[in-house]
Amino acid sequence: MDDPKTAPEPGHEKAEQASRIFAASRSFGITPEQYMLPAQQQIRMLDAAGTLVPVEQQGTGPGHEYPIPEDEVLLKAYAALVAGRRINDQNYALVRQGRLAVYPSSHGQEACQVGAALCLEPGDWMFPTYRDTVSVISRGVDPLEVMVSFRGDWHCGYDPREHRVGAMSTPLTTQLLHAVGVAHAAKLRGEETVVLAMCGDGATSEGDFHEALNFAAVFEVPVVFFVQNNGYAISVPLSSQSAAPSLAHKAIGYGLAGEQVDGNDMVAVLATLRRAVHLARENSMPLLVEAVTYRMQAHTNADDETRYRDREEVEQWKQKDPLLRMQTFLTGEGLLDDDAAGRITEAAEKVASSLRQAMTADPAENPLEIFDHVYAAPTAQLLAQRAQLDDELQRATTDEGAQ
Amino acid sequence: MSTITATSTTTFASALNTAMSDAMEADESVVVFGEDVGTLGGVFRITDGLTKRFGSNRCFDTPLAESGIAGTAVGMAINGMRPVIEMQFDAFAFPALEQIFSHIAKMANRTRGRVRLPIVIRIPYGGGVGGVEHHCDSSEAYYAHTAGLKVFTPSTAADAYLMLREAIDTEDPVVFFEPKKLYWSKAPEDLSTLRQAYESESENSRRIGAQGQAVVVREGSDVSIVSYGPSVATALKAAEAAAEDGISAEVLDMRSLVPFDEAGLIRSVEKTGRAVVVAEAQGFVSVASEIAARIQERCFHSLASPVLRVTGFDIPYPAPKLEEHHLPDVDRILDALDEMQWED
Ligand SMILES: Cc1ncc(C[n+]2csc(CCOP(=O)(O)OP(=O)(O)O)c2C)c(N)n1
Ligand SMILES: [Mg+2]
Repeated sequence: MDDPKTAPEPGHEKAEQASRIFAASRSFGITPEQYMLPAQQQIRMLDAAGTLVPVEQQGTGPGHEYPIPEDEVLLKAYAALVAGRRINDQNYALVRQGRLAVYPSSHGQEACQVGAALCLEPGDWMFPTYRDTVSVISRGVDPLEVMVSFRGDWHCGYDPREHRVGAMSTPLTTQLLHAVGVAHAAKLRGEETVVLAMCGDGATSEGDFHEALNFAAVFEVPVVFFVQNNGYAISVPLSSQSAAPSLAHKAIGYGLAGEQVDGNDMVAVLATLRRAVHLARENSMPLLVEAVTYRMQAHTNADDETRYRDREEVEQWKQKDPLLRMQTFLTGEGLLDDDAAGRITEAAEKVASSLRQAMTADPAENPLEIFDHVYAAPTAQLLAQRAQLDDELQRATTDEGAQ
Repeated sequence: MSTITATSTTTFASALNTAMSDAMEADESVVVFGEDVGTLGGVFRITDGLTKRFGSNRCFDTPLAESGIAGTAVGMAINGMRPVIEMQFDAFAFPALEQIFSHIAKMANRTRGRVRLPIVIRIPYGGGVGGVEHHCDSSEAYYAHTAGLKVFTPSTAADAYLMLREAIDTEDPVVFFEPKKLYWSKAPEDLSTLRQAYESESENSRRIGAQGQAVVVREGSDVSIVSYGPSVATALKAAEAAAEDGISAEVLDMRSLVPFDEAGLIRSVEKTGRAVVVAEAQGFVSVASEIAARIQERCFHSLASPVLRVTGFDIPYPAPKLEEHHLPDVDRILDALDEMQWED
């Protein structure tokens, strides 16, 4: 006989999603709640100085186990971190020189940026935001193609399908639903495609965040929602954004598992994301990972951060720099010597100098292209407007010639 | 309403339903989803039987969230599918507007044509059915104003079939407005004739949109009544009544608001020299305004009188008992015709 307390009312039978969570939690010997709620503390493997934290202090446990990635993966991550930092700083300089229209820097968040790219297989997808330049480049998209939008040449400069990277999205959290759709299409065709869907802390207040988590859980699709909690949405701190114990806690309300990780710990971020991607793929289930990190620079070049945070706070986060921590760790483990470090720095320098060169050149854009992609075949009205602009341009050239 | 033949069983609703099932049969990547579209077959039964026939992978219910439906469609289209999504009623599509305006309309342009989103957004619209608030809006102007969207609205059951098939086949996103008061109207053609007509068209014309043409649904020589969707039937009745007063009115059904068949419009108005535009939506900043402006720009020297509009008033859609006062009707169209400087 069913326990009257747990037997469902007619028409209220448990959704299958719940039983998947039950199956997963049972396999770890814990309750579904223990599985869906984040671990008691942030997952952390390196302390602020970059020393490996003893296993019992890492925050891991049954159902929340995150094996440390192999040495070569860690080294690859370090190289991407160095390149990522270099790209952030190069672009920051290019903005100041007026070479870029805008650049939302991820300086300080590079461990998250790199982790997001390195946890995925080539056949997987990533849906990044405006802040995720370093993730997109780490995924393999040509840096010059990524910069097309920040230089102001066109909205998106790369082919999203080529590297399976969505166009960097500005309307907050709209891209999370695109991630769900990509995963759902793949699932219907029987493909094992995991989709990493990225957003910031402030963005979790948007309706599409809620709808995406809910759809993903109901559709049982392998989407890993990756929230980079850098403490602020432009000027608004997280405390004005959410009353939840953590953003990772939001997962359980939708029937998926959430975890919170130290976002400035490259080892922990990569371990957590890799395991989340693995679980998503194995069980065809969504998960949520919240990485606690900090944006070291202003929101964009147009922002004045002194109006909402003091220097002291920023200085405190400097002590937790993801790059230094990783470097200390790898050196201490004997995985990184001066030679290797030198090669890595050199490679990063190359990327930066090619960016510098490319961004100082002024490409000749074709103004008439603004009409070309609106529809598969231009409408009669667009053809007429195109002809009008063409005529204006030609008259302008003739006038110039006459002077 | 146009001719009804007793023998035909083709209704506007069954034409839409068959268009979807034919498209799903022809192309495995066509999927249908929305609220209540699965087991129930939609609140208007337009998707009736699709889940049963094609399985719940091809036609399925989603959680109740319109932005979620539209946003998921974006992702599915990025990943090779051709989603046909249903918005339950006109005013309930509004939560999806950010996805529609910021992504569905812009993705092809954003990516320089690399990612086109062949999504169809079906929206039952318009009034005249005694619907309560939020169930009778004519919201076509918002979408027609948004570059990157095509906007279709059939006025006959035959067009319901042909235009929905084309909407599904075209590479561009299409907002497909279904006049809900026409759902049970009938077509003289049977569906297999329509199917043959559609499938005999070339692949190319199906993809780029041969249906985007206005049609003259009644020939006339004195005035053009320009209309679309649910108002075409009213325009036809008005033309019939006008004939009794000795006025020969031509009725033009625009069918597709985007792309807009300006050439077809000009041809008719240059011939008749007068034009009245009829639509249910509020007139201020409306599709009717756009049509009137274009007639004025292109046909000024052929015009014998000012271009007039007969539209809904500039009010929120009224309660069911009052809607008859709001909707353009035959008398209001005839009044407009009376104003058109007939003595020279
Ligand atoms: C729908 C929407 N509303 C407002 C904005 C303007 N905006 C751009 S970024 C931003 C803050 C987002 O903060 P968060 O999600 O924490 O990400 P972060 O910028 O910190 O990486 C805002 C309000 C937007 N892009 N989209
Ligand atoms: Mg933030």
